[in-house]
Amino acid sequence: MADEALFLLLHNEMVTGVYKSADQGEVENGRCITKLENMGFRVGQGLIERFTKDTARFKDELDIMKFICKDFWTTIFKKQIDNLRTNHQGIYVLQDNKFRLLTQMSAGKQYLDHAPKYLAFTCGLIRGGLSNLGIKSIVTAEVSAMPACKFQVMIQKI
Amino acid sequence: MSSELFTLTYGALVTQLCKDYENDEDVNKQLDKMGYNIGVRLIEDFLARSNVGRCHDFRETADVIAKVAFKMYLGITPSITNWSPAGDEFSLILENNPLVDFVELPDNHSSLIYSNLLCGVLRGALEMVQMAVDVKFVQDTLKGDGVTEIRMRFIKRIEDNLPAGEE
Repeated sequence: MADEALFLLLHNEMVTGVYKSADQGEVENGRCITKLENMGFRVGQGLIERFTKDTARFKDELDIMKFICKDFWTTIFKKQIDNLRTNHQGIYVLQDNKFRLLTQMSAGKQYLDHAPKYLAFTCGLIRGGLSNLGIKSIVTAEVSAMPACKFQVMIQKI
Repeated sequence: MSSELFTLTYGALVTQLCKDYENDEDVNKQLDKMGYNIGVRLIEDFLARSNVGRCHDFRETADVIAKVAFKMYLGITPSITNWSPAGDEFSLILENNPLVDFVELPDNHSSLIYSNLLCGVLRGALEMVQMAVDVKFVQDTLKGDGVTEIRMRFIKRIEDNLPAGEE
């Protein structure tokens, strides 16, 4: 559906908007990332509620992570996560080789230092989705060459 | 399903803007500006996808906006009514506005034009096809009206080919 284009433009505009109203500097950069991540968090919570209304109970943590990688990712980004790794001790790495929010930006190293801004919202999406499934986590992202990126999820034992 | 992504993201954006700006008027202005920036890019996507030719008059433009563009991006087809005698103003009536699914306006934000992004988008997109228009909400279901009504007014044809300032 063409509304993907609409979402991409809205997302980019949000990133630009958040940074425009901030001053320069490390602290401000952190604040902007936090704002974007928090917006993603709210959206993730809402989305997971809608998606899992009729699904069966999840067996365990790994089951939930697989759901995020397959169903959740597909509904939002029209593709699955390409690779999921875990140390079976609460750390998961989700790799997307062609992340939809980065494909328009560059293929390779150009604009690499801007990439984190465009990943913050999605980190929040994952964290929010997990949160409403009862999992507290910290989600970070890293990019070495666009449009591939990795999301690292650290489950917090309450 | 993914239209909910847009709706929810938009909601998170408006909420954040309400936190950042003191009053509703400023939020409305920001939404309009952001919408404008989106519109000037969205038009390219639209023209590439829809293959519509040049519109010959404002009536054709209205048709394309309601029947093609709104359908393509928001999945709804507003109706076109209330043409001015001169044919330079019309209203888009949205029976339901997908942006406001799950939304309620709290009492202290009565002058917030929640969907104001749409006005900016329409304005920006049309400017890129050489039309200067004025777009505003005249009815809003969020404020208790029966329908959502957007009024569009043709101002003039833009003759210069110099792009207007984007921000």
